[in-house]
Amino acid sequence: MTDSTPTAPTGSGRPPVIEPGHSLSSVTDKISSIVLTRRTSLAWFVGLGFSLALASVLLLSIVVLVLKGTGIWGLNNPVAWGFAIINFVWWIGIGHAGTLISAILLLLKQEWRTSINRFAEAMTLFAVSCAGLYPLLHVGRPWLAYWLLPYPNTMGMWPQFRSPLIWDVFAVSTYATVSLLFWYVGLIPDLATLRDRSQNKIGRVVYGAAAMGWRGAARHWTRYETAYLLLAGLATPLVVSVHTVVSFDFAVSVIPGWHATIFPPYFVAGAIFSGFAMVMTLAIPLRSVFGLEGFITDRHLSNMAKVMLATGLIVVYGYAMEIFTAWYSGAPAEQYMVANRFFGPYAPQFWALLFCNGVVPQLMWFQKVRRKVWLLFLISIVINVGMWLERFIIVVTSLHRDYLPSSWGMYSPTFWDWAMYIGSIGLFFTLLLLFIRFLPMISIFEMRTLLPGAQGSSHDEGDEH
Amino acid sequence: MRKLPERTEFEMFGYLACFATVDELLDEIRRARANGFEEMEAYTPLPVHEVSEALGHKNKRLPLLVLIGGIVGACVGFGLQYWTSTIDYPLNIGGRPFNSWPSFIVVTFETTILFAAVTAVLGMFALNGLPQPYHPVFHVPAFQLASRNRFFLLLLSRDPRFVPEEAEAHLSAGPALSVHEVPR
Repeated sequence: MTDSTPTAPTGSGRPPVIEPGHSLSSVTDKISSIVLTRRTSLAWFVGLGFSLALASVLLLSIVVLVLKGTGIWGLNNPVAWGFAIINFVWWIGIGHAGTLISAILLLLKQEWRTSINRFAEAMTLFAVSCAGLYPLLHVGRPWLAYWLLPYPNTMGMWPQFRSPLIWDVFAVSTYATVSLLFWYVGLIPDLATLRDRSQNKIGRVVYGAAAMGWRGAARHWTRYETAYLLLAGLATPLVVSVHTVVSFDFAVSVIPGWHATIFPPYFVAGAIFSGFAMVMTLAIPLRSVFGLEGFITDRHLSNMAKVMLATGLIVVYGYAMEIFTAWYSGAPAEQYMVANRFFGPYAPQFWALLFCNGVVPQLMWFQKVRRKVWLLFLISIVINVGMWLERFIIVVTSLHRDYLPSSWGMYSPTFWDWAMYIGSIGLFFTLLLLFIRFLPMISIFEMRTLLPGAQGSSHDEGDEH
Repeated sequence: MRKLPERTEFEMFGYLACFATVDELLDEIRRARANGFEEMEAYTPLPVHEVSEALGHKNKRLPLLVLIGGIVGACVGFGLQYWTSTIDYPLNIGGRPFNSWPSFIVVTFETTILFAAVTAVLGMFALNGLPQPYHPVFHVPAFQLASRNRFFLLLLSRDPRFVPEEAEAHLSAGPALSVHEVPR
């Protein structure tokens, strides 16, 4: 079919957010063909098989946990929060990038966000799903986890609303719900595209049902855009609140190393840092496997690297402030906590954390590094590891030696701790692979809006945004 | 449902014209307006503000609904905590007052956001009349391109100005690539 619709300019200037030469039809066809193709690549099956195998390790460890109880983990007194809380915070932190990219960058009119927001949102949902597992399993009797919710019951009791743990229940469940709504609303016009372009009946029926009869009426678009913008406005304070509330779980207690006012901003920055690292870890292979370099350009990677650099520096500032506060407060327990981190039994993990989160990200100051895709990929993996170590250090070093030396102890994870952690990574990748096979991983209709002239010739005359 | 003329009189829903660009669609909206047509709807593969403006669409109800949703959420969230903690089952936690409102802010905030966000989505669906699996425009095979690269304008038969032959002649005379009859 000939296409007289506008195409992206071939001029020079700033690196484009969409490769020159694309048109409404080519954008639509390129992205939807990944989903609508009849042939599924062997690599996808191999990836899914591997992820499913890991996910079944998770299933197995949950079964063993339910049968035997949390004793299969390395938890003890004093370290009553082990891998479950470390992994919970790690996953929920990763889950911050999606909403940040979708909501905050939308409000800031950062149009480069458009090609990465969809799968970042999906990543958020899957990461939050993995995160949510841990506190539910950590309660010991997961089949009674609904006791966390306020509902009239025969015991006549209610949750303890003065506890940060119950705040967490509300924060995480609200975040999961709003992220799901945001993601689904963003998908609706693309589901209509898939319905219209699907070659088989099952596709038409399933995508058609999910698209709810969307037909792109101007009246609908007006309300749609209002709703989307309002959701972005609501999700913005929400995403900041979630990791703030997670940090309250620590900061409201009196444990040395936790009881700090720096925790909320430092946790939020760390969440964005790790979230962007995970987006990059996923985006780099995805774009080369599916040939999406025209949509997820080097400029996107460079911008993400800058966000990681900035948030990484905030995280390092947090580390520095913890040390400063320990010294300035004159509190012996705090000072011991810092010394214990540097030179205690978990010092190797602490130094590794400083290397991963403090030293390695500084490479991204250099434009040469930001342009080397494989190097960015390596850096993003190092940051993922570093942020996991950060949560390990926060949880374990503070708990294992607090005020009373008589109650000191050591923590080491068991086989089942590792099995559940690795299994949750399997679950994450299983969901992600299913997502990229059955739903468009880039927002098609938002990519259309990036094409010059697509919104009318008068729209482009002024300086856009 | 909207009031329709006698069914036997109009078995037709309207006429649908297909355009290659937004500019041509906007031209046609102006032409149709000038020709006296009032009942029309445009279909675009991407949101275009000028089209909504040209059609005179305004949207003030949704933000108001969301505001109300947020206020209700705040009241429900705080009310729940106040009632459970001071009236139904007062517990002395660390000597704090039963109504220790600073502790209640977090949950109140979360329910505010939750109620507002759910209202935004459900409100958008309700006002748009979605889900709506059936719509007459889906009868036109070319309409599949409305979600790809084509722009459409529908002149509705319920318009008092609408006379089938005239509507078709009017659309054919404009910049449309093709004109289709939309059966009901």
